[in-house]
Amino acid sequence: MKLLRDTGLIFERQMQLLLRNPVWIFVGVFQPVMYLLLFAPLLKPALQVNSNAEAYEIFVPGLLVLLAIFGGLFQGFGLIAELRAGVIERSRVTPVSRLALLLGRSLRDVVSLIAQAVIITLLALLFDLRVFIGYLLLAYLMLALISLMTSAVSYGVALRVKSEDALAPLMNTVAQPVLLLSGILLPLTFAPGWLQGVADWNPFSWAVDGTRALFRGDLGSPDVWQGLVIMAVLAVLAVVWAAREFARSVR
Amino acid sequence: MIETRGLRKSFTSRQGREKKVVDAVRGVDLDVAEGEIFGFLGPNGAGKTTTLRMLATLIEPDGGSATVAGADLLKDPGEVRRRIGYVAQGGSTWDDSTAREELVLQTRLYGVRKSEALSRAQRVLDGFQLSEYADRKCKTYSGGQRRRVDIALGIIHEPSVVFLDEPTTGLDPQSRAHMWDEIRRLRTEGMTVFITTHYLEEADALCDRLSIMDNGEIVASGTPAALKREISGDVVRVGLPAGAAATAAEVLDTASFVNKLETHDDGVRLYVDDGATAIPLILRALDAGDVPLGTIELHRPSLDDVFLTKTGRSLRED
Ligand SMILES: Nc1ncnc2c1ncn2[C@@H]1O[C@H](COP(=O)(O)OP(=O)(O)O)[C@@H](O)[C@H]1O
Ligand SMILES: [Mg+2]
Repeated sequence: MKLLRDTGLIFERQMQLLLRNPVWIFVGVFQPVMYLLLFAPLLKPALQVNSNAEAYEIFVPGLLVLLAIFGGLFQGFGLIAELRAGVIERSRVTPVSRLALLLGRSLRDVVSLIAQAVIITLLALLFDLRVFIGYLLLAYLMLALISLMTSAVSYGVALRVKSEDALAPLMNTVAQPVLLLSGILLPLTFAPGWLQGVADWNPFSWAVDGTRALFRGDLGSPDVWQGLVIMAVLAVLAVVWAAREFARSVR
Repeated sequence: MIETRGLRKSFTSRQGREKKVVDAVRGVDLDVAEGEIFGFLGPNGAGKTTTLRMLATLIEPDGGSATVAGADLLKDPGEVRRRIGYVAQGGSTWDDSTAREELVLQTRLYGVRKSEALSRAQRVLDGFQLSEYADRKCKTYSGGQRRRVDIALGIIHEPSVVFLDEPTTGLDPQSRAHMWDEIRRLRTEGMTVFITTHYLEEADALCDRLSIMDNGEIVASGTPAALKREISGDVVRVGLPAGAAATAAEVLDTASFVNKLETHDDGVRLYVDDGATAIPLILRALDAGDVPLGTIELHRPSLDDVFLTKTGRSLRED
């Protein structure tokens, strides 16, 4: 109960600060919309599909997963600013749950990601994307788990390195291979065998496959439950680790 | 209210390949009584902040034991957290939040209901004369206002002990005087206040008792008056032309009224029981010894002299 209450308090504050600064909405939506408008038209011929709808079915889930990964991984920067301002240290002398310090922040990240995802999905509907609402909600669950995991990792790393200068290259180094090896922007269907073999070891590749299956309306595909389970397990591990960092962080 | 025995902490920091171990705190014993303003005086790097952060449960000691506000620091840090407040050296407010928002959230983190938190925030804002700015973002506050918000945040849950880490560093003299009043008010309200400072005047004027810390160790403890008395009375500084200090030392060292003598490049420093009666005797002795006199200065002991006596260095120099 205390955990829920504390998480709620931290979440409420973080949301309040986020909404106070609406620039993020613009930034967070503008970029993906550019992808939808400028990148997606190249897809129909590239993917050798018959309609725009089919191209978006493949592209939009990839784009959303991409946003979840990157959005999460770069949340640590905000935390470093909070560390520097002394806000984290002030929280840590109160009896507040250390897990709540993490969860309240990560939940804000999840909520803002889902908001972004909803806007992009709505826009994609204009481009003839069609997806069953129940499946869409499952896809959002997948995105939420990804975002929870990546933001927790980012917070944990931020508490360890305590400086933007160290965090930026670290996160980029993680993000780049993850991106290239997940088939996020283009499916790996046409990739050579060795590349697909490597991608199998990339958990996000499973998440993308699962999300695509949901957008295709293929709930029966094993990709769906496999992706969800893998993401859920990783999210729990990341949260446990990052909460520990909140508990032991030195300055 | 606070009792520590042999509290220790060292940090390992990496400089390139080399690992360097800093013994930040090397065995600190403290006894702080209920309802007093207790000071920790020492230069930068003495280990004041590290000691405070250990007592506030932020870092784990490497060794030693402590009881804070009746709770065991090592066995029950959760209980310690409920009973103490801590105001960090570097501040603790977020630019885009308002003082009221910060205060309400802070109170609620201690399990207080929202309505109660709101009224408590208002009370504390009034007490610290912050109501006027309460709903403005913290980044618009002056240094002194922002520091008062920090302190308000540290005491809003009515702790029995509050730790203030250099609460007046960087403030102008007027804000500092204002802050001293606030700190005295906390004592009136029954709080035990543990403050660190590297300002001699502050330690002297504000603290009921204090410990002087240097290089991770406590070198002296007591009331400001007792500490000053302990270093045997007054100091007379005799300024001399270059080269004359040695001769002067020879002449004065044997004089019965001189308790202790130190030779410096620019003169000698004499520790005497009573400076007013010693000065004529000193002048006469130097005259008799044919020592050319530069300047003479009577100096009632300050905490700086206490520090100098205990460590061989002056606190003013940094
Ligand atoms: N987190 C840390 N890592 C490494 N060294 C530290 C850390 N915190 C403090 N120190 C070192 O410990 C010593 C004592 O520091 P501190 O307690 O901040 O002193 P003070 O507050 O009296 O100025 C200094 O030499 C400082 O560099
Ligand atoms: Mg300090």
